[in-house]
Amino acid sequence: MKFFLKLYAYLPDLGYGLWLTIALTLIAAAIGFIASVPLVLGVLYGNRFFRALARGFITLVRGTPLLVQLFFIYYGLPALGVKIQPFVAALIGFILNSAAYQAEYLKGGFLAITTEQMEAAYAIGLTKWQAIREIIFPQAFRFSIPALSNEIIYLVKYTSVAYIIQVPELLSQAKFFASDTFFHLEIYLLIGAIYLILIWIVSKLTDLLEKRLYIPGFDISHLK
Amino acid sequence: MPLLRVEQVRKSFGKNTVLDGVSFSMEKGEVKVIIGPSGTGKSTLLRCINMLAPPDSGHIWLENTEVTNPRTDLQQIRQKIGMVFQHFALFKHLRALDNVALGLIKVKGLPKAQAQAKAMNYLAKVGLDKHADKYPAQLSGGQQQRVGIARALAMDPLLMLFDEPTSALDPELIGEVLQVMQNLAKEGMTMLCVTHEMGFAKSVAHEIIFMENGHILEANTPQQMFSNPQNERTRSFLHKIAELYGETL
Repeated sequence: MKFFLKLYAYLPDLGYGLWLTIALTLIAAAIGFIASVPLVLGVLYGNRFFRALARGFITLVRGTPLLVQLFFIYYGLPALGVKIQPFVAALIGFILNSAAYQAEYLKGGFLAITTEQMEAAYAIGLTKWQAIREIIFPQAFRFSIPALSNEIIYLVKYTSVAYIIQVPELLSQAKFFASDTFFHLEIYLLIGAIYLILIWIVSKLTDLLEKRLYIPGFDISHLK
Repeated sequence: MPLLRVEQVRKSFGKNTVLDGVSFSMEKGEVKVIIGPSGTGKSTLLRCINMLAPPDSGHIWLENTEVTNPRTDLQQIRQKIGMVFQHFALFKHLRALDNVALGLIKVKGLPKAQAQAKAMNYLAKVGLDKHADKYPAQLSGGQQQRVGIARALAMDPLLMLFDEPTSALDPELIGEVLQVMQNLAKEGMTMLCVTHEMGFAKSVAHEIIFMENGHILEANTPQQMFSNPQNERTRSFLHKIAELYGETL
């Protein structure tokens, strides 16, 4: 009972933390997706320069721990005279990661498409980029939806890492609460449940997206 | 002047020479059927003609335009050369109607409504106007291939290339595709078909071309080819096909 009274008092803080967690996830997922499209096109169709650039970026981001990246942005960059707010620093880190991973997931979608699709597009007179835009990308995107939804789920959970660079997101607020009130067990159980609900919502939303974009032939009915 | 001229076309993939100096020509309205063992470059020859696989050397002309000239606008020339694929290659995320209309909108620049009306006409021509709203996965193989033919026809091509259009189909679906092809031939379409449907070849082809190892070994009218093949290899190949299909040649 005492826990709930305390909880009530801290509700605005926890609510703010939850809001930051959601904001980090949504902004990173959205901008990450927008950035992932030129990245994957660079990797698959770019000339040498753009291919090297895109590959280099992906290798760098995937090849270093998220926490190292966040420390570099938040603690490292000020040494070069670039001071960044914790939330912005975390957001930059998550966007970079989300872009790199979503590019890789999209690539998987591209690889699922047969060469004949491109040939058929050329055969009616489409240019390479018209073919990619009209034929290849829409199919690759549909094939990637399950993987992309996975990426958003990861993002929800990764945002908790931002607490280490002082972002007052959900986990930080829980930690403040716990150190003030000593209700460790209760509060972590509670925010665990909140993360679970967030992820349940994400997976429902992506299921909905998949249904809305449903096209016969882009499902697993042929594998049943 | 011939509609299509192919001169000394060569094409290799790595060390593997697929086309070793192929030459022939086609007049407007002619139907030619290419036969031959698998791996002899029949499909590659078709892909050379619309530059999906540009030849290593040799020249190809469509009317006055040299297709193989690097300065030729490939998007322009490919509209004039329709292609039908062995595995249909329909755009899987588009309805039958949109498969046909896409080129009209994106390549020919027609307004959407006009493109869709025209696409509907071509679907009707292949007997599929009632299936316009279906996606490729909802159509049978024969229906998909007919959409493929409509898609190529919608661009108003001068020449149609058929790359084994029926070989991926169940036997009971082959007839509907051949029927569409026969009608096209009767309307005077110039057609170059890689197919082993000898009934089709006999009824509509003006010439049969026998290819082996990247060469044209023999080209002749179906009557000549079936009754009196000049080349020993042609004879034995036709014999095998006849055995396979149980036809007497």
